Amino acid sequence: MSDLKQTPLNATHRELGAKMVDFGGWDMPVNYGSQIEEHHTVRSGCGLFDVSHMLPLDVRGANVRAFLRRLVANNVDKLQVSGKALYSCMLNEAGGVIDDLIIYFMDENWFRLVVNAGTAEKDLAWMEKQNADWGMGLTLTPRRDLAMIAIQGPDATRVLDEALPGVDAITAALKPFNAAAMGEMFIARTGYTGEDGFEVMVLAKSAPFFWKALMEAGGKPIGLGARDTLRLEAGMNLYGQDMDETTSPLESGLAWTVDLKTERDFVGRKALESSEVTKQLAGLVLLDKGVLRSHQKVHTRHGEGEITSGTFSPTLQQSIALARIPLGIAPGEEVEVEIRDKKLKAKVVKYPFVRNGKALI
Amino acid sequence: MSIPADLKYTPSHEWVRVEADGTLTVGITHHAQDLLGDMVFIENPATGRTLAKGEECAVVESVKAASDVYAPVAGEVVAANGEVESSPESVNQDAYAAWLFKLKPANPADVDALLDAAGYQKLVESEAH
Repeated sequence: MSDLKQTPLNATHRELGAKMVDFGGWDMPVNYGSQIEEHHTVRSGCGLFDVSHMLPLDVRGANVRAFLRRLVANNVDKLQVSGKALYSCMLNEAGGVIDDLIIYFMDENWFRLVVNAGTAEKDLAWMEKQNADWGMGLTLTPRRDLAMIAIQGPDATRVLDEALPGVDAITAALKPFNAAAMGEMFIARTGYTGEDGFEVMVLAKSAPFFWKALMEAGGKPIGLGARDTLRLEAGMNLYGQDMDETTSPLESGLAWTVDLKTERDFVGRKALESSEVTKQLAGLVLLDKGVLRSHQKVHTRHGEGEITSGTFSPTLQQSIALARIPLGIAPGEEVEVEIRDKKLKAKVVKYPFVRNGKALI
Repeated sequence: MSIPADLKYTPSHEWVRVEADGTLTVGITHHAQDLLGDMVFIENPATGRTLAKGEECAVVESVKAASDVYAPVAGEVVAANGEVESSPESVNQDAYAAWLFKLKPANPADVDALLDAAGYQKLVESEAH
């Protein structure tokens, strides 16, 4: 256990009685009691998540925009206003997904990326290699000196405003998918829950104090268990489950993040354009009793597919999933899912399943 | 939560109560439900089914994961608790009240081989390290 990595909030979680688990080499809270209650808190109030295991990465230099144009599948030229954020995949030459990340444009010499915890080292090595190969001369700085706290839910703005006196001028002006930096504090109106909210980076040493202030303002601690059910209801992909280096973003429900309209040459583009798309990521709702889980087999009239993420949805009170299934299967159709020795009925649906506290299916 | 002294236990975290008529009531322990978290689905064996010792016979699923429940001894299923199937969360609320099924053991003496409360306590402690 002792070789697990810890976030700056590790002692805080333990004081709160969190159940801690090994999450990809990090000692993280999976829940602080009931995962389902935590889930509902985020849909109806305000939840706090320690997401400091994710890595902020500052990329600085004169060529940073040119570098990112080639590095990622979405087009950073969509980012023209300081603070604007972009979600993108970073692909390998075969068109597989190395990671999905958020890119914040701060100024022409500074973009901040936030990458997944489990892929951080691989990402950094890949980026450094491209930086060298393309002669970009950029500086890539991993920001392990920062902690990141997500404040999510309909009550998130009030909680953040109360915890940080004076911040209301910023939160009031901050539009979704935008960020503002003040010294080492970085406030982004982003999240992974389908609710309004913020992801705030602060210096690691300030994190426990900040967390306490957020709790005193009414924010409730939420573990990684609820984080997963919230993101799945919100129809957001999870790296390593819904896509990875062997899957195309075009077969992972991420075509909207791949910019093929411009002539821009980015890593993986040729492979994407020369390969045939035969699968799609679809939403499933289980009609029979049970729980959909990743890797369960899906039978459709066009052949087999597989569940990539499945869970019990606390908001919908039934089981939901994302599944990679053959093209041509449309929302409304019924499919069968193999669960243990049975074949259970599920309906294909458009996702997200839930947004801003409301069921969409 | 303390481990009830009047029950028997398996290493796979089932509890067993010997009823006055010799039937065995089976559930999962408090420790097991704590590991699994919020229960959302339970499927019991059909009444009348004959089970071998250690046979997978029920499924308990939390938000987090699915887990098999094993027959603590060989026997025939004589009752299944429909109430826990419709309210899986009752297992979280009181794991020793929310029984899953009842068995008529093939050999009543088989129960003697199961763990007592002290033995189970040791097992739980050893798993925590």
